[in-house]
Amino acid sequence: MKMKQEEKRLLQGLQKTVERVLNIPYYQGRLADIGIKQAGDIQSLEDFQRLPLTSKEDLRLNYPFGLFAEPQEKIVRLHASSGTTGKPTVVGYTQHDIELWADIVADGLRRAGISNQDVIQIAYGYGLFTGGMGLHYGSEVLGALTVPISGGNTQRQLMLMQDFGTTVLACTPSYALFLAESLEEAGIARNELRLRKGVFGAEPWTEGMREEIEHRLGIEAYDIYGLSEIMGPGVSMECSEHHGLHIDEHFYPEILDEQGNPCPEGVKGELVITSINKEAFPVLRYRTKDLTTLRYGNCSCGHTGWTMDRVSARVDDMLIIRGVNVFPSQIEEAILSVGGVEPHYMLVVERVGSLDQLEVQVEVNSRSFVDEVRELEALQSRVQRRIEEITGISVRVRLVEPKSIPRSEGKAKRVLDKRKG
Amino acid sequence: MFQLSIFLENTKGRLAEVLNLLTQLNVNIRALSLADTKDYGVLRIVVDEPEKVAEAMRVREYVVNLTPVWVLRVPDRVGGLAGVLTQLADEGVVVEYMYAFVEKENEKAQVVIRVQNEQVMAAAMQKLALA
Ligand SMILES: [Zn+2]
Repeated sequence: MKMKQEEKRLLQGLQKTVERVLNIPYYQGRLADIGIKQAGDIQSLEDFQRLPLTSKEDLRLNYPFGLFAEPQEKIVRLHASSGTTGKPTVVGYTQHDIELWADIVADGLRRAGISNQDVIQIAYGYGLFTGGMGLHYGSEVLGALTVPISGGNTQRQLMLMQDFGTTVLACTPSYALFLAESLEEAGIARNELRLRKGVFGAEPWTEGMREEIEHRLGIEAYDIYGLSEIMGPGVSMECSEHHGLHIDEHFYPEILDEQGNPCPEGVKGELVITSINKEAFPVLRYRTKDLTTLRYGNCSCGHTGWTMDRVSARVDDMLIIRGVNVFPSQIEEAILSVGGVEPHYMLVVERVGSLDQLEVQVEVNSRSFVDEVRELEALQSRVQRRIEEITGISVRVRLVEPKSIPRSEGKAKRVLDKRKG
Repeated sequence: MFQLSIFLENTKGRLAEVLNLLTQLNVNIRALSLADTKDYGVLRIVVDEPEKVAEAMRVREYVVNLTPVWVLRVPDRVGGLAGVLTQLADEGVVVEYMYAFVEKENEKAQVVIRVQNEQVMAAAMQKLALA
């Protein structure tokens, strides 16, 4: 922290969160273990950094309402994220939380140059997933014309995009790409649309994917970040400078290394977040499992505070191939930098004998297809070499026909790990 | 003239699927060849109205390319093909690949040739009066 006064304000905010979580028996017990009985026991950021981390496992142990800090009559909404195994994790919101969230999202959209002049088509899923409703309330607070179409039903998306004069599309990057492809197929020309910006998140994506989407849709793409355990989308978002995602002041970020020690500014590690001024579901040092870096400063858009880099990878997405850590986003980066193939891919991991084998399936691009097998083999080995340069492991690249890799209307599923189960 | 080159994954029944589609589209395949690797192959066919067929296949999500090729009638005697190829090589023509077929009406053997350089081939064809 650069300034004393801001540090003091931050500490007060964190103390309030500690005070709030001390009302929850589970946190109370964990804090008592290290001798913290009241918020006043935290007198500095160093004190704060000694507090225990919270993980998704803690949320599961307290399923469904064990970590709520308010009685049920004050809670007006629930969201939940699907667990890959067993029960989902459930979060609650008071009316104050809902309004705070909407304001935070509206601020983010405003910094992206979006206003009440815009028509925002929200193609994130609505429901227990926070994506749709999170963007929805923020868009309304902004005063934009909000189209709650939700995910899927692609032909209808295209029709309304034309008929309503949609200017901003909000969805996952993989769905944005699918919509772009569907527009091409339907023969809808760019000038029949008023689309100018896209707000994309809920899955890690690369800079190459951004260029691809921007090029195909003819828009400016903004990265939005969030997770339901913290609040939902809007925890951080890019402004028009596109120099990382500004973290809203209601979230205190830390970056920790694998041992849980703080990383110096600019060093990549796991993002850990503490909520400030959130009522129903305060989180204390929540491990997001997202890998990124942080820096503190001012931006020309008016934001002052922490800015994070785009999330390059999720700890949970990491594949260990013959002992080497590989992230799907690295493969995406490699594929997009080579060209000649479509930005759709599927990773299939198998154990052959005692060795892990990673097969990367990627679609041949019909515009660059040439008739000679030799050329196809050259393309295949270019992709393979690039992946090996970036990840350090040897892979098998398999060229497949266009549209043969399943398209996603929400979060894309890009890994098939046959070693499991 | 142009041949159709179609990218195909080496999956079971894929080739039959394409051939069935061509039948549905009422396309008469005059010549055919398949170059393949373990994972995929390129199906090359000579048909009437190649542009129209290519478009119909693209609509159905096939990766299709129109590739310029030359069709030569081969003299019906021992060493006929070798003779033609030697003449072409002497004119600097580099053959990428070729495949033979027999025209139904006259049962004459013909070859489809893909060359590296179209201009060199055109000049050779004219000079050797093969066209
Ligand atoms: Zn900014």
